[in-house]
Amino acid sequence: MTAAETSLALSVFLACAVEAVEAFTIVLAIARTRRASSALAGAGAAVAMLAVAAAVLGPALTSLPLGVLRLLVGGLLLVFGLQWLRKAILRAAGAKALHDEEAIYAEEAAAAAREPAAGEGLDRYAFAICFKAVALEGLEVLVIVLTFGANQHDVGLAALAAAAAVLAVLGLGLAVRAPLARVPENTMKFAVGVMLCAFGTFWGAEGAGADWPGGEASLPFLVALLALVALALVRHVRALERAAPAVRPAPGAPASGAEA
Amino acid sequence: MTALLRAAWDFVVGDDWRLAAGVVVALGLTAALAATGLAAWWIAPLLVPAVLAASVRRGLIPRRRTGAPSERMYKVDQRGG
Repeated sequence: MTAAETSLALSVFLACAVEAVEAFTIVLAIARTRRASSALAGAGAAVAMLAVAAAVLGPALTSLPLGVLRLLVGGLLLVFGLQWLRKAILRAAGAKALHDEEAIYAEEAAAAAREPAAGEGLDRYAFAICFKAVALEGLEVLVIVLTFGANQHDVGLAALAAAAAVLAVLGLGLAVRAPLARVPENTMKFAVGVMLCAFGTFWGAEGAGADWPGGEASLPFLVALLALVALALVRHVRALERAAPAVRPAPGAPASGAEA
Repeated sequence: MTALLRAAWDFVVGDDWRLAAGVVVALGLTAALAATGLAAWWIAPLLVPAVLAASVRRGLIPRRRTGAPSERMYKVDQRGG
């Protein structure tokens, strides 16, 4: 496996694992509070929809001319990567609440319990919430899998890495039967953000007509540059936070920003 | 249709539209310079970190101005990432 293939597989695995953890929390909360079969049916329907979308969009992407593909893919990866990295930096610096799987689990379970009980047959609430959770989390992964895979001409490897991540999260989740609160989500998001930005910068510029000195050999330098900039930003924001600490909610106030 | 377009906008652009705009500018400048035959590879590595830094700083502005928690600290966001 080449360095580029390893980076591709690792980036897709981490991105998919993070999203799978978030989706797992919601599906688990709903399955335990409502009718489990409907929750699982919702999650399964979303996975099926994503698989169909991948089967349709994958060949369409790979049929694009290489320059157009790289520009499009680079731009998309950059936009996603910058968003991931921005959130990860703010969270790592303490300027934004960390993603708290246990709090989200409690919130989802409480909301589900407030809804009227379902009659016979499909529990529509459970189905809809789980479908939406898996579809929303999965859509971003789908874009990452397709863009990375199409650009490297290895959608199979990207799909394999994504499937491995989902299976790993499912296996872990079913083993502990609880939200996966100990998974270092923000560190993973930070790493994925750096990788997406590096690949996005490389492919985007190449698609726009630029020639990188040394070709693919410049990718590790891009990764290092972006990682250093991101770490410097964490330090900078931490210093600002220390100078003017954020207002915290009063005890007993509603759960804090458990953002996705 | 409007809801679909809004969902697509939210999905692609996310919390800070300036990030997407910065990407468009960086790649547009790269394309323009490359079209002249000059070396253009350096533009994106220069602009991308600058766009990121500006966006991170903007995430802090609400708190620094008002003392309120920065970056929608207590709001549940449906998007991933």
